[in-house]
Amino acid sequence: MGVFGTSGQVIQVSGIRKTYGSTVAVSDVSFEVSEGEIFGLIGPNGAGKTTTMECVEGVRRPDQGAVSILGLDPYRDMYQLQNSIGVQLQEAQLQKRIKVWEALDLWASLYPKTVDGDRLLEQLGLAGKRNAWFMTLSGGQKQRLFIALALINDPEVVFLDELTTGLDPQSRRAIWELVRDIRDRGKTVLMTTHLMEEAERLCDRVAIIEHGKIIDIGSPAELVRRHCPTRTVILATGNELAEERLRAMPSLETLTRQDSQFTIQGRGDEFVTEVIHCLAENRIRVTDFRTLLPNLEDVFLKLTGHSIRD
Amino acid sequence: MFRGLWKLTWLEIKIFLREPLGAFGTILFPVLVFVVVGRLLGGRLTPGSIAATGFIRVGLPVLASVLVALSAVLSLVTIISIYREGGILKRLRATPLRPQTILTAHVLVKLALTVASLVLLVLAGKRYYPVNVDVPVFGFAMALLISTLSILSIGFLIASIVPTARFAQPIGAAILYPMLPFCGLFVPLQSLPPALQTVARMLPLTYAVSLLQGIWKGEAWSAHIGDVAALVAVFAICTALSAKVFRWE
Repeated sequence: MGVFGTSGQVIQVSGIRKTYGSTVAVSDVSFEVSEGEIFGLIGPNGAGKTTTMECVEGVRRPDQGAVSILGLDPYRDMYQLQNSIGVQLQEAQLQKRIKVWEALDLWASLYPKTVDGDRLLEQLGLAGKRNAWFMTLSGGQKQRLFIALALINDPEVVFLDELTTGLDPQSRRAIWELVRDIRDRGKTVLMTTHLMEEAERLCDRVAIIEHGKIIDIGSPAELVRRHCPTRTVILATGNELAEERLRAMPSLETLTRQDSQFTIQGRGDEFVTEVIHCLAENRIRVTDFRTLLPNLEDVFLKLTGHSIRD
Repeated sequence: MFRGLWKLTWLEIKIFLREPLGAFGTILFPVLVFVVVGRLLGGRLTPGSIAATGFIRVGLPVLASVLVALSAVLSLVTIISIYREGGILKRLRATPLRPQTILTAHVLVKLALTVASLVLLVLAGKRYYPVNVDVPVFGFAMALLISTLSILSIGFLIASIVPTARFAQPIGAAILYPMLPFCGLFVPLQSLPPALQTVARMLPLTYAVSLLQGIWKGEAWSAHIGDVAALVAVFAICTALSAKVFRWE
Protein backbone atom coordinates (compact mmCIF):
# COMPACT_ATOMS: atom_id res chain seq x y z
CA MET A 1 0.00 0.00 0.00
CA GLY A 2 2.73 2.56 0.84
CA VAL A 3 2.24 6.30 0.77
CA PHE A 4 -0.60 6.24 -1.72
CA GLY A 5 -3.12 4.59 0.55
CA THR A 6 -4.94 1.43 -0.38
CA SER A 7 -6.14 2.45 -3.81
CA GLY A 8 -2.80 3.06 -5.54
CA GLN A 9 -4.09 6.45 -6.68
CA VAL A 10 -1.99 9.57 -6.12
CA ILE A 11 -4.97 11.92 -6.37
CA GLN A 12 -8.52 11.02 -5.40
CA VAL A 13 -11.33 13.50 -5.83
CA SER A 14 -14.81 12.45 -4.84
CA GLY A 15 -17.95 14.48 -5.29
CA ILE A 16 -16.55 17.95 -4.76
CA ARG A 17 -18.80 20.97 -5.09
CA LYS A 18 -17.90 24.65 -4.89
CA THR A 19 -20.19 27.65 -5.16
CA TYR A 20 -19.46 31.37 -5.24
CA GLY A 21 -22.58 33.09 -4.01
CA SER A 22 -25.36 31.73 -6.18
CA THR A 23 -22.99 30.56 -8.93
CA VAL A 24 -22.19 26.87 -8.89
CA ALA A 25 -18.59 26.70 -10.12
CA VAL A 26 -18.11 22.96 -9.68
CA SER A 27 -20.64 20.29 -8.84
CA ASP A 28 -20.17 16.61 -8.08
CA VAL A 29 -16.72 16.33 -9.65
CA SER A 30 -14.94 13.01 -9.08
CA PHE A 31 -11.82 11.54 -10.64
CA GLU A 32 -8.64 9.69 -9.77
CA VAL A 33 -5.10 10.12 -11.01
CA SER A 34 -2.53 7.30 -10.89
CA GLU A 35 1.16 7.59 -10.22
CA GLY A 36 3.22 8.72 -13.22
CA GLU A 37 0.22 9.87 -15.20
CA ILE A 38 -0.45 13.19 -16.94
CA PHE A 39 -4.12 13.87 -16.27
CA GLY A 40 -5.84 16.80 -17.97
CA LEU A 41 -8.94 18.74 -17.03
CA ILE A 42 -10.21 20.08 -20.33
CA GLY A 43 -13.05 22.39 -21.19
CA PRO A 44 -13.79 25.95 -22.25
CA ASN A 45 -12.88 28.98 -20.14
CA GLY A 46 -15.19 29.27 -17.16
CA ALA A 47 -16.09 25.57 -17.15
CA GLY A 48 -14.73 25.05 -13.63
CA LYS A 49 -11.29 23.66 -14.42
CA THR A 50 -9.33 26.13 -12.32
CA THR A 51 -11.74 25.92 -9.38
CA THR A 52 -11.44 22.12 -9.44
CA MET A 53 -7.66 22.41 -9.64
CA GLU A 54 -7.48 24.88 -6.76
CA CYS A 55 -9.65 22.67 -4.58
CA VAL A 56 -7.31 19.77 -5.31
CA GLU A 57 -4.21 21.88 -4.58
CA GLY A 58 -5.66 23.00 -1.27
CA VAL A 59 -5.76 26.68 -2.23
CA ARG A 60 -9.55 26.52 -1.90
CA ARG A 61 -11.76 24.42 0.28
CA PRO A 62 -14.62 22.62 -1.48
CA ASP A 63 -18.09 23.11 0.03
CA GLN A 64 -18.73 19.39 -0.26
CA GLY A 65 -16.84 16.25 -1.15
CA ALA A 66 -13.37 15.03 -0.37
CA VAL A 67 -9.92 15.34 -1.89
CA SER A 68 -6.93 13.21 -1.08
CA ILE A 69 -3.39 13.66 -2.41
CA LEU A 70 -0.77 11.08 -1.45
CA GLY A 71 -3.19 10.04 1.28
CA LEU A 72 -3.43 13.56 2.78
CA ASP A 73 -6.20 16.16 2.81
CA PRO A 74 -4.75 19.09 0.83
CA TYR A 75 -6.68 21.73 2.76
CA ARG A 76 -6.16 20.37 6.25
CA ASP A 77 -2.66 18.97 5.79
CA MET A 78 -1.51 21.79 3.47
CA TYR A 79 1.85 22.42 5.10
CA GLN A 80 2.72 18.76 5.33
CA LEU A 81 1.72 18.16 1.73
CA GLN A 82 3.48 21.20 0.29
CA ASN A 83 6.85 19.47 0.46
CA SER A 84 5.65 16.85 -2.03
CA ILE A 85 3.65 18.97 -4.47
CA GLY A 86 4.60 21.67 -6.98
CA VAL A 87 2.09 24.26 -8.07
CA GLN A 88 1.88 26.55 -11.07
CA LEU A 89 -1.11 28.88 -10.80
CA GLN A 90 -2.95 30.39 -13.72
CA GLU A 91 -2.04 34.03 -14.43
CA ALA A 92 0.20 34.28 -11.40
CA GLN A 93 2.77 37.03 -11.13
CA LEU A 94 5.83 37.69 -9.05
CA GLN A 95 7.24 40.94 -7.77
CA LYS A 96 8.13 43.02 -10.85
CA ARG A 97 11.71 43.58 -9.85
CA ILE A 98 12.56 40.23 -8.31
CA LYS A 99 15.44 38.54 -10.11
CA VAL A 100 15.07 35.02 -11.49
CA TRP A 101 17.72 33.57 -9.18
CA GLU A 102 16.25 35.38 -6.16
CA ALA A 103 12.86 33.80 -6.73
CA LEU A 104 14.41 30.34 -7.00
CA ASP A 105 16.57 31.01 -3.97
CA LEU A 106 13.57 32.09 -1.88
CA TRP A 107 11.53 29.08 -2.95
CA ALA A 108 14.47 26.75 -2.30
CA SER A 109 14.81 28.12 1.24
CA LEU A 110 11.25 27.06 2.01
CA TYR A 111 11.59 23.33 1.43
CA PRO A 112 13.63 20.72 3.28
CA LYS A 113 14.60 18.88 0.09
CA THR A 114 15.40 20.74 -3.12
CA VAL A 115 17.01 20.19 -6.49
CA ASP A 116 19.82 22.38 -7.82
CA GLY A 117 18.25 25.67 -8.94
CA ASP A 118 20.95 26.54 -11.47
CA ARG A 119 20.61 23.18 -13.12
CA LEU A 120 16.87 23.63 -13.27
CA LEU A 121 17.34 27.01 -14.98
CA GLU A 122 19.71 25.36 -17.42
CA GLN A 123 17.20 22.62 -18.23
CA LEU A 124 14.46 25.18 -18.75
CA GLY A 125 16.63 27.38 -20.96
CA LEU A 126 16.66 30.24 -18.45
CA ALA A 127 20.33 30.17 -17.45
CA GLY A 128 20.97 33.38 -19.43
CA LYS A 129 18.16 35.12 -17.55
CA ARG A 130 19.46 34.35 -14.09
CA ASN A 131 19.91 38.01 -13.17
CA ALA A 132 16.94 39.38 -15.10
CA TRP A 133 14.02 41.09 -13.35
CA PHE A 134 10.74 39.22 -13.54
CA MET A 135 9.08 42.13 -15.37
CA THR A 136 11.59 41.91 -18.23
CA LEU A 137 10.85 38.25 -19.02
CA SER A 138 8.73 37.23 -22.01
CA GLY A 139 5.52 35.27 -21.48
CA GLY A 140 7.26 31.99 -22.26
CA GLN A 141 10.15 32.77 -19.95
CA LYS A 142 7.77 33.62 -17.10
CA GLN A 143 5.95 30.32 -17.59
CA ARG A 144 9.26 28.45 -17.59
CA LEU A 145 10.25 30.23 -14.38
CA PHE A 146 6.95 29.17 -12.82
CA ILE A 147 7.66 25.61 -13.90
CA ALA A 148 11.09 25.89 -12.30
CA LEU A 149 9.50 27.15 -9.06
CA ALA A 150 6.99 24.29 -9.18
CA LEU A 151 9.82 21.77 -9.53
CA ILE A 152 12.37 23.23 -7.07
CA ASN A 153 11.24 20.94 -4.23
CA ASP A 154 11.44 17.80 -6.39
CA PRO A 155 7.68 17.18 -5.94
CA GLU A 156 5.82 13.91 -6.43
CA VAL A 157 2.78 15.66 -7.87
CA VAL A 158 2.86 18.73 -10.12
CA PHE A 159 -0.14 20.98 -10.83
CA LEU A 160 -0.08 23.01 -14.04
CA ASP A 161 -2.96 25.40 -14.72
CA GLU A 162 -3.35 26.73 -18.29
CA LEU A 163 0.36 26.37 -18.76
CA THR A 164 0.73 27.59 -22.33
CA THR A 165 -2.06 30.15 -22.58
CA GLY A 166 -0.87 33.19 -24.48
CA LEU A 167 2.34 31.59 -25.71
CA ASP A 168 3.46 31.32 -29.31
CA PRO A 169 3.45 27.83 -30.90
CA GLN A 170 7.20 27.44 -30.56
CA SER A 171 7.30 28.15 -26.80
CA ARG A 172 4.26 25.95 -26.43
CA ARG A 173 6.00 22.97 -28.00
CA ALA A 174 9.09 23.57 -25.87
CA ILE A 175 6.92 23.54 -22.73
CA TRP A 176 5.12 20.36 -23.79
CA GLU A 177 8.53 18.73 -24.04
CA LEU A 178 9.27 19.86 -20.47
CA VAL A 179 6.02 18.42 -19.15
CA ARG A 180 6.77 15.05 -20.78
CA ASP A 181 10.17 15.17 -19.09
CA ILE A 182 8.47 15.72 -15.74
CA ARG A 183 6.35 12.62 -16.25
CA ASP A 184 9.31 10.61 -17.51
CA ARG A 185 10.99 11.32 -14.19
CA GLY A 186 8.12 9.49 -12.52
CA LYS A 187 6.11 12.49 -11.37
CA THR A 188 2.35 12.70 -11.53
CA VAL A 189 0.93 15.70 -13.35
CA LEU A 190 -2.54 17.24 -13.06
CA MET A 191 -3.05 19.96 -15.64
CA THR A 192 -5.83 22.09 -17.10
CA THR A 193 -6.09 23.34 -20.66
CA HIS A 194 -8.65 24.66 -23.06
CA LEU A 195 -6.42 23.65 -25.98
CA MET A 196 -7.51 20.30 -27.35
CA GLU A 197 -4.28 19.84 -29.25
CA GLU A 198 -2.35 20.28 -26.03
CA ALA A 199 -4.50 17.71 -24.25
CA GLU A 200 -4.16 15.24 -27.10
CA ARG A 201 -0.40 15.51 -27.28
CA LEU A 202 0.34 15.56 -23.56
CA CYS A 203 -2.33 13.87 -21.51
CA ASP A 204 -2.52 10.16 -20.77
CA ARG A 205 -6.10 10.68 -19.65
CA VAL A 206 -8.46 13.64 -19.66
CA ALA A 207 -11.69 14.65 -17.98
CA ILE A 208 -13.97 16.83 -20.09
CA ILE A 209 -15.59 19.51 -17.92
CA GLU A 210 -18.44 21.77 -18.83
CA HIS A 211 -20.66 23.94 -16.63
CA GLY A 212 -18.84 22.64 -13.56
CA LYS A 213 -19.55 18.97 -14.28
CA ILE A 214 -17.41 16.18 -15.67
CA ILE A 215 -18.99 14.85 -18.84
CA ASP A 216 -16.60 11.97 -19.50
CA ILE A 217 -13.17 10.65 -18.55
CA GLY A 218 -10.73 8.56 -20.57
CA SER A 219 -7.62 8.59 -22.70
CA PRO A 220 -7.94 10.90 -25.73
CA ALA A 221 -7.99 7.86 -28.05
CA GLU A 222 -10.65 6.11 -25.93
CA LEU A 223 -12.88 9.18 -25.91
CA VAL A 224 -12.56 9.57 -29.65
CA ARG A 225 -13.43 5.89 -30.19
CA ARG A 226 -16.36 6.10 -27.82
CA HIS A 227 -17.95 9.29 -29.06
CA CYS A 228 -16.71 9.75 -32.61
CA PRO A 229 -16.44 6.27 -34.16
CA THR A 230 -16.77 7.58 -37.69
CA ARG A 231 -13.59 7.52 -39.82
CA THR A 232 -13.21 9.61 -42.95
CA VAL A 233 -11.06 8.72 -45.96
CA ILE A 234 -10.42 11.13 -48.80
CA LEU A 235 -9.00 9.62 -51.98
CA ALA A 236 -8.59 10.61 -55.59
CA THR A 237 -8.76 8.13 -58.47
CA GLY A 238 -9.50 8.17 -62.18
CA ASN A 239 -10.84 4.60 -62.04
CA GLU A 240 -14.46 4.58 -63.26
CA LEU A 241 -15.31 1.47 -61.23
CA ALA A 242 -14.16 3.04 -57.95
CA GLU A 243 -17.50 4.49 -56.86
CA GLU A 244 -19.36 1.23 -57.41
CA ARG A 245 -16.74 -0.86 -55.57
CA LEU A 246 -16.53 1.53 -52.63
CA ARG A 247 -20.31 1.66 -52.29
CA ALA A 248 -20.31 -2.11 -52.03
CA MET A 249 -18.28 -1.98 -48.79
CA PRO A 250 -20.50 -3.12 -45.88
CA SER A 251 -19.05 -0.64 -43.34
CA LEU A 252 -19.51 2.38 -45.60
CA GLU A 253 -21.88 5.04 -44.32
CA THR A 254 -21.61 7.96 -46.70
CA LEU A 255 -19.84 8.64 -49.95
CA THR A 256 -19.61 12.00 -51.70
CA ARG A 257 -17.86 12.51 -54.97
CA GLN A 258 -16.40 15.61 -56.56
CA ASP A 259 -14.98 14.78 -59.97
CA SER A 260 -12.21 12.32 -59.21
CA GLN A 261 -12.14 13.00 -55.46
CA PHE A 262 -14.11 10.80 -53.08
CA THR A 263 -14.90 11.51 -49.45
CA ILE A 264 -16.08 8.36 -47.73
CA GLN A 265 -17.07 7.70 -44.13
CA GLY A 266 -17.60 4.57 -42.14
CA ARG A 267 -17.75 3.39 -38.54
CA GLY A 268 -15.05 1.73 -36.52
CA ASP A 269 -11.30 1.39 -36.42
CA GLU A 270 -11.36 -1.24 -39.15
CA PHE A 271 -12.87 1.10 -41.70
CA VAL A 272 -9.59 2.47 -43.06
CA THR A 273 -8.16 -1.04 -43.43
CA GLU A 274 -11.27 -2.14 -45.28
CA VAL A 275 -10.93 0.75 -47.69
CA ILE A 276 -7.32 -0.18 -48.39
CA HIS A 277 -8.39 -3.80 -48.94
CA CYS A 278 -11.11 -2.74 -51.31
CA LEU A 279 -8.70 -0.60 -53.32
CA ALA A 280 -6.13 -3.38 -53.47
CA GLU A 281 -8.55 -6.15 -54.40
CA ASN A 282 -9.98 -4.12 -57.24
CA ARG A 283 -6.59 -2.81 -58.32
CA ILE A 284 -7.82 0.76 -58.11
CA ARG A 285 -4.91 3.20 -58.53
CA VAL A 286 -5.17 6.31 -56.40
CA THR A 287 -3.35 9.64 -56.76
CA ASP A 288 -4.30 10.82 -53.26
CA PHE A 289 -5.20 8.98 -50.06
CA ARG A 290 -5.78 10.73 -46.75
CA THR A 291 -7.53 9.78 -43.55
CA LEU A 292 -9.21 12.34 -41.34
CA LEU A 293 -9.28 11.14 -37.77
CA PRO A 294 -11.67 12.75 -35.35
CA ASN A 295 -9.95 14.39 -32.39
CA LEU A 296 -10.88 15.68 -28.94
CA GLU A 297 -12.24 18.81 -30.56
CA ASP A 298 -14.82 16.65 -32.34
CA VAL A 299 -15.54 14.73 -29.14
CA PHE A 300 -16.21 17.99 -27.34
CA LEU A 301 -18.49 19.17 -30.13
CA LYS A 302 -20.37 15.89 -30.05
CA LEU A 303 -20.78 15.88 -26.26
CA THR A 304 -21.72 19.52 -25.75
CA GLY A 305 -23.25 20.51 -29.05
CA HIS A 306 -20.85 23.41 -29.44
CA SER A 307 -17.21 24.02 -30.20
CA ILE A 308 -14.86 24.60 -27.27
CA ARG A 309 -14.00 28.03 -28.64
CA ASP A 310 -17.60 29.31 -28.57
CA MET B 1 6.49 28.81 11.78
CA PHE B 2 8.26 31.79 10.22
CA ARG B 3 10.40 29.85 7.74
CA GLY B 4 11.68 32.15 5.03
CA LEU B 5 10.91 35.35 6.98
CA TRP B 6 14.40 36.83 6.88
CA LYS B 7 15.00 35.86 3.29
CA LEU B 8 11.68 37.32 2.20
CA THR B 9 12.20 40.50 4.24
CA TRP B 10 15.67 41.06 2.80
CA LEU B 11 14.38 40.29 -0.70
CA GLU B 12 11.53 42.75 -0.33
CA ILE B 13 13.91 45.47 0.83
CA LYS B 14 16.10 44.90 -2.23
CA ILE B 15 13.07 44.89 -4.51
CA PHE B 16 11.78 48.09 -2.92
CA LEU B 17 15.10 49.86 -3.41
CA ARG B 18 14.97 48.90 -7.11
CA GLU B 19 11.75 50.88 -7.57
CA PRO B 20 12.41 54.05 -9.54
CA LEU B 21 11.43 56.27 -6.58
CA GLY B 22 11.82 53.66 -3.85
CA ALA B 23 14.89 54.78 -1.95
CA PHE B 24 14.69 58.41 -2.96
CA GLY B 25 11.01 58.97 -2.25
CA THR B 26 10.90 57.18 1.07
CA ILE B 27 14.26 57.76 2.66
CA LEU B 28 16.13 60.59 1.01
CA PHE B 29 13.33 62.98 0.14
CA PRO B 30 12.24 63.75 3.74
CA VAL B 31 15.88 64.32 4.67
CA LEU B 32 16.33 66.60 1.68
CA VAL B 33 13.31 68.70 2.66
CA PHE B 34 14.58 68.80 6.22
CA VAL B 35 18.02 69.99 5.16
CA VAL B 36 16.68 72.61 2.73
CA VAL B 37 14.28 74.00 5.32
CA GLY B 38 17.08 73.89 7.88
CA ARG B 39 19.36 75.95 5.66
CA LEU B 40 16.63 78.49 4.91
CA LEU B 41 15.72 78.93 8.55
CA GLY B 42 19.20 78.28 9.83
CA GLY B 43 20.12 81.87 10.61
CA ARG B 44 16.88 82.70 12.31
CA LEU B 45 16.67 79.75 14.65
CA THR B 46 18.75 80.34 17.68
CA PRO B 47 18.28 78.49 20.94
CA GLY B 48 17.27 81.82 22.42
CA SER B 49 14.04 82.37 20.50
CA ILE B 50 11.50 80.94 22.93
CA ALA B 51 8.54 80.67 20.56
CA ALA B 52 10.51 78.64 18.03
CA THR B 53 12.13 76.24 20.45
CA GLY B 54 8.90 74.77 21.83
CA PHE B 55 7.95 73.53 18.39
CA ILE B 56 11.48 72.78 17.20
CA ARG B 57 12.37 70.86 20.31
CA VAL B 58 9.37 68.63 20.58
CA GLY B 59 6.90 69.33 17.80
CA LEU B 60 9.19 68.94 14.84
CA PRO B 61 10.80 65.62 15.74
CA VAL B 62 7.42 64.14 16.57
CA LEU B 63 5.85 65.57 13.40
CA ALA B 64 8.67 64.12 11.32
CA SER B 65 8.30 60.73 13.00
CA VAL B 66 4.54 60.65 12.54
CA LEU B 67 4.76 61.70 8.88
CA VAL B 68 7.40 59.08 8.15
CA ALA B 69 5.28 56.44 9.90
CA LEU B 70 2.15 57.48 7.98
CA SER B 71 3.92 57.35 4.64
CA ALA B 72 5.24 53.89 5.53
CA VAL B 73 1.67 52.81 6.28
CA LEU B 74 0.36 54.17 3.00
CA SER B 75 3.12 52.47 1.09
CA LEU B 76 2.31 49.21 2.90
CA VAL B 77 -1.36 49.53 1.95
CA THR B 78 -0.41 50.16 -1.68
CA ILE B 79 2.08 47.31 -1.89
CA ILE B 80 -0.31 44.80 -0.35
CA SER B 81 -3.07 45.74 -2.76
CA ILE B 82 -0.76 45.66 -5.79
CA TYR B 83 0.48 42.23 -4.69
CA ARG B 84 -3.06 41.04 -4.29
CA GLU B 85 -4.20 42.39 -7.65
CA GLY B 86 -1.20 40.92 -9.45
CA GLY B 87 -1.77 37.47 -7.98
CA ILE B 88 1.57 37.63 -6.14
CA LEU B 89 -0.05 37.06 -2.74
CA LYS B 90 -1.90 34.08 -4.13
CA ARG B 91 1.30 32.66 -5.64
CA LEU B 92 3.24 33.13 -2.40
CA ARG B 93 0.42 31.55 -0.48
CA ALA B 94 0.70 28.34 -2.51
CA THR B 95 4.14 27.78 -0.95
CA PRO B 96 5.11 26.78 2.58
CA LEU B 97 5.28 30.49 3.40
CA ARG B 98 2.68 31.08 6.07
CA PRO B 99 0.36 34.05 5.66
CA GLN B 100 1.71 35.66 8.80
CA THR B 101 5.25 35.32 7.44
CA ILE B 102 4.41 37.19 4.25
CA LEU B 103 2.63 39.95 6.12
CA THR B 104 5.25 40.21 8.87
CA ALA B 105 7.96 40.52 6.23
CA HIS B 106 6.20 43.55 4.77
CA VAL B 107 5.80 45.15 8.16
CA LEU B 108 9.51 44.57 8.88
CA VAL B 109 10.45 46.15 5.55
CA LYS B 110 8.41 49.23 6.39
CA LEU B 111 9.87 49.40 9.90
CA ALA B 112 13.40 49.12 8.52
CA LEU B 113 12.78 51.90 6.04
CA THR B 114 11.18 54.06 8.73
CA VAL B 115 14.18 53.56 10.98
CA ALA B 116 16.57 54.36 8.14
CA SER B 117 14.85 57.63 7.25
CA LEU B 118 14.52 58.68 10.89
CA VAL B 119 18.20 58.00 11.59
CA LEU B 120 19.11 60.14 8.60
CA LEU B 121 16.72 62.85 9.81
CA VAL B 122 18.28 62.85 13.24
CA LEU B 123 21.78 63.07 11.75
CA ALA B 124 20.68 65.92 9.50
CA GLY B 125 18.87 67.55 12.39
CA LYS B 126 21.96 67.56 14.58
CA ARG B 127 23.71 69.59 11.93
CA TYR B 128 20.99 72.14 11.21
CA TYR B 129 18.71 72.48 14.18
CA PRO B 130 19.67 73.52 17.66
CA VAL B 131 17.89 70.62 19.28
CA ASN B 132 19.22 69.36 22.55
CA VAL B 133 20.77 65.96 22.08
CA ASP B 134 20.03 64.71 25.57
CA VAL B 135 16.90 62.99 24.25
CA PRO B 136 16.07 59.49 25.57
CA VAL B 137 16.91 57.86 22.23
CA PHE B 138 16.11 54.28 23.26
CA GLY B 139 12.86 55.25 24.94
CA PHE B 140 11.81 57.34 21.98
CA ALA B 141 12.65 54.48 19.61
CA MET B 142 10.45 52.16 21.68
CA ALA B 143 7.62 54.70 21.70
CA LEU B 144 8.00 55.10 17.96
CA LEU B 145 7.97 51.33 17.45
CA ILE B 146 4.77 50.95 19.45
CA SER B 147 3.16 53.89 17.62
CA THR B 148 4.23 52.70 14.18
CA LEU B 149 3.06 49.12 14.75
CA SER B 150 -0.26 50.45 15.92
CA ILE B 151 -0.66 52.72 12.87
CA LEU B 152 0.58 49.91 10.60
CA SER B 153 -2.19 47.69 11.91
CA ILE B 154 -4.72 50.34 10.84
CA GLY B 155 -2.99 50.29 7.46
CA PHE B 156 -3.35 46.53 7.31
CA LEU B 157 -7.04 46.76 8.03
CA ILE B 158 -7.35 49.28 5.18
CA ALA B 159 -5.27 47.00 2.92
CA SER B 160 -7.56 44.10 3.81
CA ILE B 161 -10.67 45.80 2.55
CA VAL B 162 -9.74 48.23 -0.26
CA PRO B 163 -11.24 46.89 -3.49
CA THR B 164 -8.41 47.67 -5.93
CA ALA B 165 -4.84 48.87 -5.90
CA ARG B 166 -5.83 52.14 -7.56
CA PHE B 167 -7.95 53.10 -4.57
CA ALA B 168 -5.54 51.89 -1.94
CA GLN B 169 -3.40 55.01 -1.63
CA PRO B 170 -6.25 57.60 -1.78
CA ILE B 171 -8.47 55.66 0.63
CA GLY B 172 -5.58 55.17 3.01
CA ALA B 173 -4.70 58.86 2.84
CA ALA B 174 -8.34 59.87 3.29
CA ILE B 175 -8.53 57.82 6.48
CA LEU B 176 -5.17 58.69 7.98
CA TYR B 177 -4.38 62.31 7.09
CA PRO B 178 -7.55 63.94 8.51
CA MET B 179 -6.36 62.71 11.92
CA LEU B 180 -3.38 65.06 11.74
CA PRO B 181 -5.04 68.40 12.68
CA PHE B 182 -6.77 66.89 15.72
CA CYS B 183 -4.06 64.72 17.19
CA GLY B 184 -2.30 67.38 19.22
CA LEU B 185 0.62 67.82 16.87
CA PHE B 186 -0.03 71.42 15.88
CA VAL B 187 -2.46 72.57 18.54
CA PRO B 188 -2.37 71.24 22.10
CA LEU B 189 -5.43 69.14 22.92
CA GLN B 190 -6.42 71.41 25.80
CA SER B 191 -6.88 74.38 23.48
CA LEU B 192 -9.30 72.53 21.19
CA PRO B 193 -13.08 73.07 21.62
CA PRO B 194 -14.65 70.32 23.77
CA ALA B 195 -16.35 68.65 20.78
CA LEU B 196 -13.06 68.37 18.93
CA GLN B 197 -11.36 67.13 22.09
CA THR B 198 -13.82 64.23 22.07
CA VAL B 199 -13.02 63.55 18.41
CA ALA B 200 -9.32 63.69 19.21
CA ARG B 201 -9.71 61.13 22.00
CA MET B 202 -11.16 58.69 19.48
CA LEU B 203 -8.21 58.96 17.11
CA PRO B 204 -5.38 56.47 17.58
CA LEU B 205 -2.92 59.05 16.30
CA THR B 206 -3.65 61.28 19.32
CA TYR B 207 -2.26 58.64 21.65
CA ALA B 208 0.78 58.11 19.45
CA VAL B 209 1.53 61.84 19.44
CA SER B 210 0.99 62.15 23.18
CA LEU B 211 3.32 59.21 23.84
CA LEU B 212 6.00 60.43 21.43
CA GLN B 213 5.94 63.99 22.73
CA GLY B 214 6.02 62.87 26.32
CA ILE B 215 8.91 60.47 25.91
CA TRP B 216 10.84 62.97 23.77
CA LYS B 217 10.47 65.56 26.54
CA GLY B 218 11.84 63.05 29.01
CA GLU B 219 8.62 62.21 30.84
CA ALA B 220 8.33 58.83 32.53
CA TRP B 221 6.64 55.85 30.83
CA SER B 222 4.37 55.55 33.85
CA ALA B 223 2.79 58.87 32.87
CA HIS B 224 1.84 57.39 29.49
CA ILE B 225 0.42 53.99 30.41
CA GLY B 226 -2.93 55.14 29.01
CA ASP B 227 -1.40 56.02 25.63
CA VAL B 228 0.41 52.70 25.39
CA ALA B 229 -2.75 50.81 26.37
CA ALA B 230 -4.77 52.64 23.70
CA LEU B 231 -2.16 51.93 21.01
CA VAL B 232 -1.93 48.26 21.98
CA ALA B 233 -5.72 48.01 21.93
CA VAL B 234 -5.83 49.54 18.43
CA PHE B 235 -3.16 47.09 17.30
CA ALA B 236 -5.01 44.10 18.77
CA ILE B 237 -8.38 45.09 17.32
CA CYS B 238 -7.09 45.97 13.85
CA THR B 239 -4.94 42.84 13.63
CA ALA B 240 -7.82 40.61 14.70
CA LEU B 241 -10.19 42.28 12.23
CA SER B 242 -7.64 42.08 9.38
CA ALA B 243 -7.14 38.39 10.06
CA LYS B 244 -10.89 37.93 9.61
CA VAL B 245 -11.46 40.04 6.51
CA PHE B 246 -8.13 39.85 4.69
CA ARG B 247 -8.50 38.80 1.07
CA TRP B 248 -5.67 37.04 -0.74
CA GLU B 249 -7.00 37.64 -4.23
